[in-house]
Amino acid sequence: MSGPEGVRADAAGVDKPPADERARIEAAADQDAGGGRFRLAELRNLGLLGVLLILILAGALTKPAEFLSYDNAVVILTLASVSGVVTVGMTFVIIGGGIDLSVGAIVALATVWATTQATQLYGTGGVIFCALAVGVGCGLVNGLIIAYGRIVAFIVTIAMLASARGLAINISSGHTQTLTADNQTLVNLGYKDSFLFGRIPPLVIMFALVVAVGWIVLNRTTFGRRTFAIGGNPEAARLAGLNVRLHTLLLYVLSGLCCGVASLMLIVLTGSGTSANGNLYELDAIAAVIIGGTLLTGGRGTLVGSVLGVLVFTTINDIFTLNNLTTATQQVAKGVIIVIAVLVQRLVAERRAGADPT
Amino acid sequence: MTSSLGRRGFLTSGTLVGAGALAAACTSNADPKSKDAADTKPAGANAAPGKNVTIGFAGPQADHGWLNAINENAKKEAGKYSDVQLKITEGSNDAAQQASQIQTLINQKVDVLIILPADGKQMTPTGRKAMAAGIPVINLDRIFDTAQAYRTWIGGDNYRMGLNAGDYIGKRLGGKGTVVELAGVDTLPLTQDRTRGFNDALRNYPQIKRVGRAAAEFTVQSGQARMAELLQAHPKFDALWNHDDDQGIGALQAIKQAGRSNFFMVGGAGSKSAMDSIKKDDSVLKATVLYPPTMAASAIRIGRLLGQSKGMGDLAEREIPASVTLFSAVVTKENVDTYLPLAFE
Repeated sequence: MSGPEGVRADAAGVDKPPADERARIEAAADQDAGGGRFRLAELRNLGLLGVLLILILAGALTKPAEFLSYDNAVVILTLASVSGVVTVGMTFVIIGGGIDLSVGAIVALATVWATTQATQLYGTGGVIFCALAVGVGCGLVNGLIIAYGRIVAFIVTIAMLASARGLAINISSGHTQTLTADNQTLVNLGYKDSFLFGRIPPLVIMFALVVAVGWIVLNRTTFGRRTFAIGGNPEAARLAGLNVRLHTLLLYVLSGLCCGVASLMLIVLTGSGTSANGNLYELDAIAAVIIGGTLLTGGRGTLVGSVLGVLVFTTINDIFTLNNLTTATQQVAKGVIIVIAVLVQRLVAERRAGADPT
Repeated sequence: MTSSLGRRGFLTSGTLVGAGALAAACTSNADPKSKDAADTKPAGANAAPGKNVTIGFAGPQADHGWLNAINENAKKEAGKYSDVQLKITEGSNDAAQQASQIQTLINQKVDVLIILPADGKQMTPTGRKAMAAGIPVINLDRIFDTAQAYRTWIGGDNYRMGLNAGDYIGKRLGGKGTVVELAGVDTLPLTQDRTRGFNDALRNYPQIKRVGRAAAEFTVQSGQARMAELLQAHPKFDALWNHDDDQGIGALQAIKQAGRSNFFMVGGAGSKSAMDSIKKDDSVLKATVLYPPTMAASAIRIGRLLGQSKGMGDLAEREIPASVTLFSAVVTKENVDTYLPLAFE
């Protein structure tokens, strides 16, 4: 149970420095992320892309004029951006072997705190700072208790879910807090005259940026590789000298930061903050992550898959509204589509990669 | 190890304290200007203080502006009377929890019990229990299954709300055009009643066609999302009825984001932000149909009268009526000033 010294004494070669062990574990994790299992993750994404294409086809066949318009694509991407950003954070946490059930409540608390009269006195800068600070703060609390308090993530984040939601209701007294007339900078980002080149909404650019940065961090930095390592085998990672607790803390802070960014996007979209925001975001995010091919147990996963998962759900919603489907039909259809999506992924992956024990 | 822990611990706790102090400064909300629902007490013999009445109030969880206004209206109204003591529970959407909250009030032997059940069917047995214990129950809005569970029901008329909205739209469109509907939570009977009323009214205008309907969830963000999709689905329509002004905040944002203004919008419930918009006339929102949360204040007044065995002054009968249905007035720019005091935040 002692540190690296103990391992070194037993491991092959007395003169092997701990750095080697660390590098070996990280290389193995690298295999998981980009090496041997690479093909499987890619194939899952391919399957999901196929599902997305089928949905687009369905939309195009049922409502060609409305669905295939540029404006509609903008709507889908904009609506996907809020839960998409949350899903990016969730992907990191899940790959790292944890789970965060409080993301919806954190988004709600961040929107509420950022839109109080007191915060609005500090203008747009104050609103932005507050939303991000609340997100990071909640993530910090989550991470500290999970990593250093050694309490299971499920329980801790459920407790945060209840407390954050309750605090949001308390601060807002149940009212919807709108941004005042002289504080509309953020809201204006949602309007057409803020679009880049008149065509690309700032929210979509933000979403793309978050996904790009997230992908780079996950797949091209040490931080990302360590996340895979810790998620795959935390004990081995710890024995190899990785600071598992600090890394876990950082993962939850990252998730909280993503919630803060998402809450800002929500404020742009709705011009207001309310404790009713973020409803069931955690379920949407987890569903997108799982459909995207990330294992709930951690150690394996892909960011692209999660983003595709979010796009699948948002497109489904859009097609339903375009086709005037009743709510009851929508819910049944959604369940069916999710099952089909997972099956299609499995089929594509298994056929290409041969028998797969997963 | 210990030295780095010490340094890290100091940094972490220092950051937390600093952030906490900063953030704690930013949670205050200036008191929302509480335009009180009827700032005046009713004049006449009933206003004179009488026997002390303890009123128990059990409502649902205030996760919507309207529900919040119900609680606030009840509290404010009770505070106006020196002979009323109000015992208000936390509020819950869970049937079992609300039942136990009501049971607590029954055990405290309140004089009158006002209940806004999270679900009328599920709370009916609890209402009957209270009545059997000799406590008159005032059923607020979501009606119990049987009259044995309440002494008086007071509430809004969801069907007529839709009816009035449809009528207003029909007349304003001059009898022809296309209409889109943004409903609330579809699984609630109240939404279905509103839609039924809406459809029935529009049937009187055979040249008006309903071309689209989506159901949001009474929340700002779902209103924004469904409206954005609806606008894509229907590039041209003439009128929109949105069931709820809170989700209407999101819907109006979506409309502005799409840059559309070639239709007019009618809201529902009667929130302050909606009435302000109507008064300013700076958006597509031209009217709203009331579903007044002041019914809680009226329930308090009726409860007080019940507890003091008085009747309602203007009626010929000596007893409080068994059922009071409130009217869903249409608020437009012309009459918005008279209704602003009843708006909920």
